[in-house]
Amino acid sequence: MTTTRRDLLTTAMTAAGAALTPRLADAQQPNPADVHDHDHQTVPSDPALRTKALESVLVAKGLVDRAALDALVDAYEHQIGPRNGARVIARAWVDDAYRRRLLSNATAAITELGYGGEEGEQMVVVENTARVHNLIVCTLCSCYPWPVLGLPPVWYKSAAYRSRSVIDPRGLLKELGLELSPDVEVRVWDSTAEVRYLVLPQRPTGTEKLSESQLATLVTRDAMVGIAQVSVPPQARA
Amino acid sequence: MNGIHDMGGMQDMGLVRAEENEPVFHAEWERRVFAMYEAVDGDWPRGAWRYQRELIPPAEYLRMSYYERWLRALSELLVKSGMVTQTELETGIAEGGNTKGRKVLRAAGVRPAIAAGYPSTSNVPAVAKFHVGENVRARNISPTAHTRLPRYARGRLGTIERDHGVFVFNDSEAQGLGDKPQHLYSVRFAARELWGSGAPAGDSVHLDLWDDHLEPA
Repeated sequence: MTTTRRDLLTTAMTAAGAALTPRLADAQQPNPADVHDHDHQTVPSDPALRTKALESVLVAKGLVDRAALDALVDAYEHQIGPRNGARVIARAWVDDAYRRRLLSNATAAITELGYGGEEGEQMVVVENTARVHNLIVCTLCSCYPWPVLGLPPVWYKSAAYRSRSVIDPRGLLKELGLELSPDVEVRVWDSTAEVRYLVLPQRPTGTEKLSESQLATLVTRDAMVGIAQVSVPPQARA
Repeated sequence: MNGIHDMGGMQDMGLVRAEENEPVFHAEWERRVFAMYEAVDGDWPRGAWRYQRELIPPAEYLRMSYYERWLRALSELLVKSGMVTQTELETGIAEGGNTKGRKVLRAAGVRPAIAAGYPSTSNVPAVAKFHVGENVRARNISPTAHTRLPRYARGRLGTIERDHGVFVFNDSEAQGLGDKPQHLYSVRFAARELWGSGAPAGDSVHLDLWDDHLEPA
C-alpha cells in the first residue's frame, strides 16, 4: 500500500517536475530532441518566470487574490519579525512573574503581548543560564517560530546548519564566534513536530538600569535561536 | 522516508554562513511563491506540503534554493490535486476557473488567518502511553513515506521530559491517512547515546516524538 501511495505521488511529481524544470541529467547532457521539438521547451526554466506563470494562472482561475498576496508579503516583510521576540525576552528579564509564565506556558505568555498564530500555535521557551545553553534547529525541514522571529534566515534552512547542529553544536557555535565552556551543558532542540521553540537568552550584566524597551533593542534573532549571546555595546551600559 | 531532507548528523555539508543584514526575501519571485502557498486553499492534506518537498530527488534537493523547493512542491501539489493542469503551468494561461470551489483568501482575511494559524493539537481524548521521567527507546523503523522520526534517533534510548498533550500525528496525516491523534512528548537523548563516546558527557538533543515513535526501554 505504501508503495502504491508513493508511486502516485512520484508519478504526479515527475509529471509536474518534468514540465517545470529540466531534470538534472538533462541539464547536464541536453538531448537534442528535447531542445528542438519537445513540447516542454516552451516551459520557462527560470524560477522567476515559472512563478509569474503560476501566479497568472492562479489569479485567472480565481484561486488567489493578488491583494491578499501583497498583504501576506507585507505582513512577513514588515510586521512580523524578531522585534516581537525581543519584546517577549525583555519583558521576561524585567518581570520575574512573566518569566515564570513564559517558561511554564509559553504560548499563553506570548499571547499576552499580542503575538501568536501561524507557526507558533504551540510554543515552548527554553532558558539559557550560566550552566545551560540552548540551541534551536529543524533537521528535517525549516520549522521556526514565525510569530516571534518572522521567517527564518537562509543559514537556518541550510544543509550545513541542519546537519551539524545536532552532532557538533559546540564546534558550530565556536565557528560562529561563541565558545562555550566545557562545564556549560548544551541542549539542542530539534523541532520535529508542530511545537516551536524560542531561546530565552541570559540578560547581560551591566544592564540593570536599562528600561524594558532599551533591553529589547539589545536582543537579537541569533540570540533567540541560540547561535549567539546577547551583548551590550559600551554606549548602552548603564 | 530515508531521504536527503533527513540531515541531522550528516557531516561535511559546509560552513554555516550568516548574511549580514539579510533581507526577508532575496528576490521578488520568492515573495510571490511564499505568498501563493500561504494564500491558496490547497485540496490536499496539510502535511502533504512537507512530504512533497521531501520527494524532490536528492541531487535536485541539494542544488535547489529553499524557495525553488517551495515552487516545485506547490506546482506539483496543484497538478496532483487537479486544481491546475500541467498545460496551464506550461503556458501561464488559465483554461478553467476555480473548478473545485476552493476558498479564496482576501486581503482583509490575511491577518485573521495568520492569527488563527493551523493548530495541530487535538481534542480527541487519547491515553498517554508514556509518562514524564520514563525511559523510552525510539523505534527502529524505516517507513518509505513521511515520518517525523529522524534516522539519527532511531533505536536510541531517551527519557520523556515533557508531555505536550494530544496532537495530530503528521506521519499519518501527511499521507491522507487520517489524523491518528496521540500524545506528543519532548524526549531527551544524551549526545553520547546518539553520537558515541566522543560526544560531551552532559550534552543532549531533544526531539518531539509521538506515541507511535516510541517503545518502552
